[in-house]
Amino acid sequence: MANTGAQKSVKPAIEGWFTLDERAPHLIGSRCRACGNYFFPKESRSCRNPGCGASELEEVQLSARGRLWSYTNNCYAPPPPYVAADPFEPYAVAAVELADEKIVILGQVTPGVRVEDLEVGMEMELALGTLHADAEHEFLVWQWKPAA
Amino acid sequence: MAHEVAVLGVGMHPWGKWGRGFVEYGVAAARAALADAGLEWSDVQFVAGGDTVRNGYPGYVAGATFAQALGWSGAQVASTYGACATGSQAIDVARARILAGLCEVALVVGADAAPKGFFAPAGGERHTDPDWLRFRLLGATNPVYFGLYARRRMAVFGATPQDFAQVKVKNSRHGLHNPNARYRKLVTAEEVLASPVVSDPLHLLEICATSDGGAALVLTSMEFARRRATRPVAIAGVSTVTPRYPNTWIEMPNFATDSAAGVAVPDTSFRDSIAKAAYEQAGLGPEDLDCAEVYDLSTALELDWYENIGLCKPGEAEKLLREGATALGGRIPVNASGGLACFGEAVPAQAIAQVCELTWQLRGQAAERQVAGAQVGLSVNQGLFGHGSSVIVKR
Repeated sequence: MANTGAQKSVKPAIEGWFTLDERAPHLIGSRCRACGNYFFPKESRSCRNPGCGASELEEVQLSARGRLWSYTNNCYAPPPPYVAADPFEPYAVAAVELADEKIVILGQVTPGVRVEDLEVGMEMELALGTLHADAEHEFLVWQWKPAA
Repeated sequence: MAHEVAVLGVGMHPWGKWGRGFVEYGVAAARAALADAGLEWSDVQFVAGGDTVRNGYPGYVAGATFAQALGWSGAQVASTYGACATGSQAIDVARARILAGLCEVALVVGADAAPKGFFAPAGGERHTDPDWLRFRLLGATNPVYFGLYARRRMAVFGATPQDFAQVKVKNSRHGLHNPNARYRKLVTAEEVLASPVVSDPLHLLEICATSDGGAALVLTSMEFARRRATRPVAIAGVSTVTPRYPNTWIEMPNFATDSAAGVAVPDTSFRDSIAKAAYEQAGLGPEDLDCAEVYDLSTALELDWYENIGLCKPGEAEKLLREGATALGGRIPVNASGGLACFGEAVPAQAIAQVCELTWQLRGQAAERQVAGAQVGLSVNQGLFGHGSSVIVKR
């Protein structure tokens, strides 16, 4: 996906939400040292568990695999600030439940995977893909794909 | 009951795409509600406006905007916002003011002029705004969330696209003669399923449109109302609850649920807690309802609400629908107005419009869509960023 054809530099579409290791990417969340609860995206203020409220939050990489909680797709181009390709290619969106973190996280599904290829409960894994590109940059985002 | 206020007047400006300003719709609804109550604008001591965020500054100060348009009278004012739950927030503020004895007559108004197509976030580069980021990073439109919920319902409960389509068919029949509805046309399941898929498994005809419209209520103390009306409709409960942590349902506009790794999940889910709070205030339960107006942002979502407001157990909503229990003439008609399916959404007006409909039902003024003998009705709704909304009215 990166640096194919023209020499574009690759940048994350948002800083600090995921690692850039293409072979084994991880989402970056935070974990409360006191109660063990997780947050995605990162929580920098204090633990939002009202029974805790501790201010000791550590940055952690979240599990890269989970079960498909539900899925859908976008058959029409979303409005800005989404940067839609022209012509627009429909893409699937997945909600994946991470077992250890007990959290459901949304993500686009990798291109070429259609809703017909998905089933609630199947194992999914994290990937990186191109969200959009301009003349100089390719902007990366986390995506879900059926686990190998 | 000590905590009741009266709905003395209701009024609406018809829903549609009229191409005019939201103030016009709100003022028309307010004048209709005042006429319905038999009161003058000068009788209003407090104005609660439901804000619209799509119409610039006048929309952020809706209470004052409507008061100015009706002619400054010195009335006290508040403006509230809670996304789709905005109207209930305005109702609740007015109710509290009346119950506190600070006024006897309050006017609640919400109106919107909505753009065509998908709702989009506020403009600019807003890298710390989750509503902006969900569009930027995911293209997660509102129908994406509706699609996730619908697919989940299919996987967990065995719901089918045919079930979802039947919700639209029912609501199109209900709204057919509603003079305030935007879409007044019978729709068949075949037409629903033949319309383009927007976010799988939901088709265009299953997803609520964005509309212009306005709705208003004149709320008064029960004593004030009883001097002017026999058996006035009363508001017996208003819920504006927020979720309890951890909320394990993926809510708009979030990227993730709360984590349940370090803490027990509440006994009652957020969606279930919305009507529950209204029931508790009213001292009533689902078995007491004669009709309900639920927020059918999608066909599938209407089925979720049946369970969330206690009409049936989880997984039984399709059965309730198939039996015809929630159709006019059934045991508990839902969305006799035609619902969002026939109205489309005028955000700050919608929760108020739900109460207008319930009031007409309880007064026996709902004409072709009348639920026979209705005495108790419930509305339910949810606004993004954690806003519950439910109102119980009774006679």
